[in-house]
Amino acid sequence: MPVPPQLKKISNNIWELPITYKPGMLVPARIYASEKLINEMDPGVFEQVTNVACLPGILKYAYCMPDGHWGYGFPIGGVAGMDVKKGVISPGGIGFDINCGMRLLTTNLTYDEVKPRLRELVDALFYKVPSGVGSTGFIKLSQSEFRDLAEQGAKWCLKKGLAWKDDLEVTEEGGCFEGADASKVSQKAIERGFDQVGTLGSGNHYCEIQVAKPENIFDERIARAYGITIPNQVAIMFHCGSRGFGHQIATDYLQVFLNVMERKYGIKVLDRELACAPFQSSEGQDYFKAMKCAANMAFANRQVILHRIREVFSTVFKRSPEDLGMDMVYDVTHNTAKIEKHLIDGVERDVLVHRKGATRAFAPGSPDIPQRYKDAGQPVIIGGSMETGSYLMAGLKTGAEAFFTTAHGSGRTMSRHHAKRMYRGQKLLADMEHRGIYVRTVTWGGLAEEAGAAYKDIDSVVEATEEAGLSKRVVRLLPIGNIKG
Amino acid sequence: MPYKYLEEVATADVAFEAWGSSLEELFISAADAAMNVMVDDIETIEKEQELSFEVSNPALDMLLYNFINELIYYKDAKKLLLRVSSVKINQTDSEYMLSANAYGEVLNPEKHPLSADVKAVTLHMFSLHHTDSGWKATMILDI
Repeated sequence: MPVPPQLKKISNNIWELPITYKPGMLVPARIYASEKLINEMDPGVFEQVTNVACLPGILKYAYCMPDGHWGYGFPIGGVAGMDVKKGVISPGGIGFDINCGMRLLTTNLTYDEVKPRLRELVDALFYKVPSGVGSTGFIKLSQSEFRDLAEQGAKWCLKKGLAWKDDLEVTEEGGCFEGADASKVSQKAIERGFDQVGTLGSGNHYCEIQVAKPENIFDERIARAYGITIPNQVAIMFHCGSRGFGHQIATDYLQVFLNVMERKYGIKVLDRELACAPFQSSEGQDYFKAMKCAANMAFANRQVILHRIREVFSTVFKRSPEDLGMDMVYDVTHNTAKIEKHLIDGVERDVLVHRKGATRAFAPGSPDIPQRYKDAGQPVIIGGSMETGSYLMAGLKTGAEAFFTTAHGSGRTMSRHHAKRMYRGQKLLADMEHRGIYVRTVTWGGLAEEAGAAYKDIDSVVEATEEAGLSKRVVRLLPIGNIKG
Repeated sequence: MPYKYLEEVATADVAFEAWGSSLEELFISAADAAMNVMVDDIETIEKEQELSFEVSNPALDMLLYNFINELIYYKDAKKLLLRVSSVKINQTDSEYMLSANAYGEVLNPEKHPLSADVKAVTLHMFSLHHTDSGWKATMILDI
């Protein structure tokens, strides 16, 4: 399908739809993509990003990242900064899987050391990190303990001996969104989530063992700062979120906002999934506090999974996780709204930045990134498909253009049903094993849906972000073992 | 099968269309369609337990939204895979009230061929309408 004729090329990797594109737009929409990616862009992106441009209080532009595709309300890859006084907050700008995110940790092992134990590692991870429909975690919590966890995030894990102090320093927000209030969360959400801490979920969630080959290091200085120092070093990357807890919070507040949006606040939106309320309203603030609980649950979920991964490696190699150099590189969130300071027309202001399927990428020198990354910039973890590899990138000063945001993954291009018709899980598994990638899955159909060809070319996506000045490539990581949720 | 999956509608998720000669029949079809996303063969769900639940909403389409969400809630909170056996919908001055009888069992990966986990029902392209032959709904599930 052709791109809209009104689409204007701003530079090689930036495209703009003007406010005249549709009635009600308050700001123009900007899409980051190469010429090739824009021509292949899901047409839903153009409609949705311009719907976002109509939301009250939006500042600068409504953005979409190069891995964008259609989502609910906002496109996946959608970013919007709202005026904290006059703007709205919208669950559609955050997503159902609140704080779905990525975590990366290193080891001091090389591929040659891991290869003979790969099956054993993947099998043990598959057993220790539950995934799939209805899976429950090994941590048994009462509902009241779970409420504490939702308010404290990874800090709760530190108290329980499930985290290292350094883990929290290299987690976005220190692993805890301050101001989370579990009294703003429904009993249903608690019941859906309280036994899911330490589980991957399903769909595109996974845990992967990867290798950093010397030819795939793009910036040695920054790679070193991030802990990638040995040729063919093995790392572990995983992707998951707030499970049923976050999904229920999003579902609950979508309905709260639909009930009050027009009747109480006179706001009309072009799509019910863009239901919103003024950020300063009681409903807006309640959702913000509940969303923070879901974000904290996701941090705790990834922290507990990290703990289990350390246990598995420690058992298999009969060495302590410390001795194996199992340090976290970073933990980034994909689906959140946060108050951040950004320059608007040259003046620093508080902005409520919605990122939906997009990653924050703060530049070197930012006060909000760990001291150890002050010179390198914030690590950005871009998950590719399970066949093609992933990237570790770094934030750049030029990212200020888009509220310091970059892509989050490769972005789907093929529907799940289409992929399932094209590929058979068992054959895919055998083919991947032949290529040196050992996979375990709870569902053959689910595996076929995640075939590499169902996604955009990750290299094109990361190149587009780099050329647009949003983030720079540091290391490309190749998969060798994968647990698919 | 009174439902079908729409292949190219939802790139990252699952879209389906469900139908029935009555509103009640449509709700049961939609429940099966949602369950079939999570379990490849819903005939493997046996009658180990029976339960009933109620939902209400001023809007008919949102009643369907709440109804499917209830099944997702039971899947996570009680680990129950459910088939809906009967639905009754009454209209009062201010809202629609639904009561449903369902049966099913605790999910068991050894017995039930599990597929994708459903996170939520979305309102994207969500529709419920009367047709010449009864009722039809289109919905997209986030997975």
